[in-house]
Amino acid sequence: MTTAARSTVRVAAKEQVADGVVALTLVDPDGARLPDWTPGSHVDLVLPTGDTRQYSLCGDRWDAHAYRVAVLREPAGRGGSAWVHDELAVGDLVGLGGPRNQFRLVPAPSYLFLAGGIGITPLLPMVDAARRLGADWRLVYGGRARASMAFLDELQDPRVTEWPQDERGLLPLADLLTGLDDGTRVYACGPAPLLDAVEAACPPGLLRTERFVAREQGAPVRDEPFTVVLDRTGAEVVVTPEVSVLEAVRAAGADVLSSCRQGTCGTCETTVLAGDPDHRDSVLDEAERAAGDCLLVCVSRSRGDRLVLDL
Amino acid sequence: MTAVLPTLDLDPFDPEVLRDPLPAQAALRDAGPLVRLPRYGTWAIARYAEVHAALSDWQSFESSAGVGLTNFRTETPWRPPSLLLEADPPHHDAPRTVLAKVLGPRALRRLRADWLADAEALVADVLGRRTVELDAVPALAAAFPLRVFPDAVGLAREGREHLLPYGDHAFNAFGPTDNPLVLAGNASMPEHAGWVADQCERENLAAVGFGADIWAAADRGELTHAQAPLVVRSLLTAGVDTTVHGIGAVLHALAVTPGAWQLLRERPELVRVAFDEAVRWESPVQAFFRTTVRDVPVGDAVLPAGEKVLVFFAAANRDPRRWADPDAFDLTRDPSGHVGFGMGIHQCVGQHVARLEAESLLTALLARVTSLELAGDPVRHLNNTLRSWESLPLRLTC
Ligand code: FES
Repeated sequence: MTTAARSTVRVAAKEQVADGVVALTLVDPDGARLPDWTPGSHVDLVLPTGDTRQYSLCGDRWDAHAYRVAVLREPAGRGGSAWVHDELAVGDLVGLGGPRNQFRLVPAPSYLFLAGGIGITPLLPMVDAARRLGADWRLVYGGRARASMAFLDELQDPRVTEWPQDERGLLPLADLLTGLDDGTRVYACGPAPLLDAVEAACPPGLLRTERFVAREQGAPVRDEPFTVVLDRTGAEVVVTPEVSVLEAVRAAGADVLSSCRQGTCGTCETTVLAGDPDHRDSVLDEAERAAGDCLLVCVSRSRGDRLVLDL
Repeated sequence: MTAVLPTLDLDPFDPEVLRDPLPAQAALRDAGPLVRLPRYGTWAIARYAEVHAALSDWQSFESSAGVGLTNFRTETPWRPPSLLLEADPPHHDAPRTVLAKVLGPRALRRLRADWLADAEALVADVLGRRTVELDAVPALAAAFPLRVFPDAVGLAREGREHLLPYGDHAFNAFGPTDNPLVLAGNASMPEHAGWVADQCERENLAAVGFGADIWAAADRGELTHAQAPLVVRSLLTAGVDTTVHGIGAVLHALAVTPGAWQLLRERPELVRVAFDEAVRWESPVQAFFRTTVRDVPVGDAVLPAGEKVLVFFAAANRDPRRWADPDAFDLTRDPSGHVGFGMGIHQCVGQHVARLEAESLLTALLARVTSLELAGDPVRHLNNTLRSWESLPLRLTC
């Protein structure tokens, strides 16, 4: 299986970290730095099955050369998680989009972090940030059973409360969410029923949650070549998996500026006139991606056969 | 480790070096990837590969000890540190996120048409019927940013004359505190700084603009209300002088490079390339310091922990190891990857604003001006961090 040379990571380690949970360590195939990220960020992993799945980064951002994600085997889920558990092997390449952050840690004097199961992943780097910021914080981490709760070993801190359901029952949300100071921010991540319950119990304005909703995607992500049309000159160029759109259009004579070449700075933004972009950058938010009218050509690609750019 | 590290007895802040920094930059590059500068008990990195690596590696090269010579760990900064330039993650995260959005390409779309119209109006004002000679620094390079940027921020009309001297001093203050340029600016600084601080407060900002956008982010909880005025201050410190000098640099480059103006008239789609090539060629921001948080390998040497190191953007932008014929201003090259705006998490958050200002003004000039040439000897303005013109006499022919 070929994968685009750009926006690709290699699986450097795969480790069982709890019942039904594997952690992947992802590195640049050439050993380069990976794009910078902030707590709450996720990446899109583009699997050879054609699925794109979102996983929160749960590693250490002070290590620029590795991302860590944790994947729960979801029996009811789409094929992605089973494939990661059963097929994906150390040394494999997977496509990468992002990192992007829709679950940002905002400044606050104190934080209450509520994790349910695999929802611990985006909260791990937040706990680290809160520690470094010198904020007051508390983490309450619920899970089905202790053995199913990943990363407990990394959370040995008096400010962490472990709450395995088989020992202690459901999270005592009513207690946790009453009497909160106005300055406290509540970050919750976990299964939908937990988030619904938190939303119902939390005073308005304090809560931030993250839910991964399966987005309606256009054509599946592809590894085959596609054609880019430079509208102003009429030139057409085939973009093969080995090159970026940026490289291809420059070779075709378009004077596109770039800078970071990692999808983080915004310099190479180009207007899309027609086609279905495959966004792999860290710059555009959900609405901007959905609009489909611009492309960060240093990393992003095409879902369809043809992409017409205002070049 | 027995290798003796290259040492240069060179003062990057000497007025003669500031007047013509190219020989010192070449000497630093040629001495090695890491050079000791005993004059200030500091170090320098001047080759492209190592400069790019150091700027990207915020984990090893911190900014919160100050990006000038003053080490905030042991000395007191002259003003409260910037929440962006002089901060590291995680403190840096929220202010950077907010400002990157406020100044992002999509936020600027609504300004594009207005700024082009403003540029056309300015050009119509300064141009005569056939040929005009003018000092392009006040008439164009300063006039245009001062015409559009303070309005875009939402500043009061009164007092805008404080902006350029405030920025000039802030950039001087990254140099040695007993340096003549810093000493000369100290007396008037409280007045400029006082005005700037006042403008950062919500009640002094227009209801629409970058300033109001920053305060709105604070209302949404993305910043604290205590952070908001300091984020506005960053805009006012770093957003004016730098663009003035960037525009001065591109006008100078186009005037002194044979055929460049003609080429740009034939291929106006190169205006963005022209500006970035000028930023590479001139590096309006020449260098910033970083401080090592651990022993860091640089080339084949090791930079010890806790040291101040001058990361020389300007030298990297003319490193022959990276650029073919680096001293040529060349509209046919791809200047992408230059470090004139820095690189990594601290890369100039206003770079898209600077590009739009330059593009607007150049586009308006190209529509009218058939030739552009020097009409006298340009004179340098000296600053410890910035490379700029005091005056740039140009002859513009319509
Ligand atoms: S070059 Fe930075 S986003 Fe593409």
